[in-house]
Amino acid sequence: MCLGVPMQVVSVGDGDIVAEIDGVRKEASLMLLDEEVKEGDFVIVHAGFAISRLDEEEAQETLRLMREVFKPEDMA
Amino acid sequence: MKYQDEFRDRHVVLGLAARIREHVAGRTEPMTFMEVCGTHTMSIYQYGLRTLLPPQVRLISGPGCPVCVTPNEYLDRAVALCRLPDVIVATFGDMVRVPGSTSSLQEERARGADIRIVYSPLDAVAIAARNPEKRVVFLGVGFETTAPAIGGSILAAKKQGLANYFVLAAHKTMPKPMGVLSADPELKIDGYICPAHVSTITGPEIYRFLAEEFHIPCVITGFEPADVMQGVEMLVRQVVAGESRVETQYSRVVRPEGNRKAQEVIREVFTPCDAPWRGIGVIPGSGLRIADAYAVFDAEKAIPVAVEETREHAGCLCGEILKGKAAPTDCPLFGGACTPESPVGACMVSSEGTCAAAYKYGQ
Repeated sequence: MCLGVPMQVVSVGDGDIVAEIDGVRKEASLMLLDEEVKEGDFVIVHAGFAISRLDEEEAQETLRLMREVFKPEDMA
Repeated sequence: MKYQDEFRDRHVVLGLAARIREHVAGRTEPMTFMEVCGTHTMSIYQYGLRTLLPPQVRLISGPGCPVCVTPNEYLDRAVALCRLPDVIVATFGDMVRVPGSTSSLQEERARGADIRIVYSPLDAVAIAARNPEKRVVFLGVGFETTAPAIGGSILAAKKQGLANYFVLAAHKTMPKPMGVLSADPELKIDGYICPAHVSTITGPEIYRFLAEEFHIPCVITGFEPADVMQGVEMLVRQVVAGESRVETQYSRVVRPEGNRKAQEVIREVFTPCDAPWRGIGVIPGSGLRIADAYAVFDAEKAIPVAVEETREHAGCLCGEILKGKAAPTDCPLFGGACTPESPVGACMVSSEGTCAAAYKYGQ
């Protein structure tokens, strides 16, 4: 129930969006989103509402920090 | 899906696990971290993350499944409502199979009650608009993530001038039960894996008292396996350094101020109240009831109904499991009398429940 799913915005309408994940498209309301979104953005959709935009720079920074920890010899 | 794949990279997860082992090398005293979100519980079981951690690091599950912490009395009221001939009960799917004192919504549906499973509370508003001769009651449970969505549905119903849409509200807010569990000497929690999407709405400040008053490190953590592992690594680092701060691992989604628009909807539609938690009891100020200005949408006030006396299920350990004091396998019913196909307790019903996760992934 609390599941929020990252989806990619396919189109932006008047107060709602169509977003897609794994080929599945759903409408989501923008009533609860306090950020601008545009086509191609990723958003977290929960119970039919977009609740947050996914920040690509922050995502890349998190991955960079994770990779810093990764050492090939640990994988042996 | 580009982000999901990268945060599931096995090498990164193993690298983080190796870093955790380095941090705790030579330590004999164990550290216990609690996750208080059902989606984290699912992720930890699904990816077998416990098996990657050193023996000094223990993960336990807390009261993070919204269906699981909803007491029987609420389900009994929902059952009483669905027995009224002009009522349609609309709900998220996992509520349908939770047993109340003597019945469940699923059993009532088999007897002819009109119960609709919806994906969004806005779908329930649409059902009300299409069925003006019926009263549509949405079962409003969940934490800070779900409350604004249900508040939004009330605002939408008001805007459409609907007089036949109601919410049976039992929303709960997360930080208070964490305070109760933090003060429990039997549990001795050394760190919290804080819920990701609750924090998306609230922002990180709500956990500050846990770090400052209880000296417990808190890390807001995403749901992918690398997220959880990095969250644990950040907690371990704090414990080893003797620190207790609120950190955000899930910074790609959680902003320092949270989601102000959603916070505003909660403030507009709901009022804080005392709330009963399965297993924990009544926690003052830990719930949200519908504000007086929106009382016409409040099913409890607008549709009076006689509710049967509440009974608990004999032998079920859900209460202790939700407090992190028992593991699913400690329960005598687990996997025998209680399975996902035929659940006795709420923790086995919801896919976010600890027992359901333990059963499905066999740990």
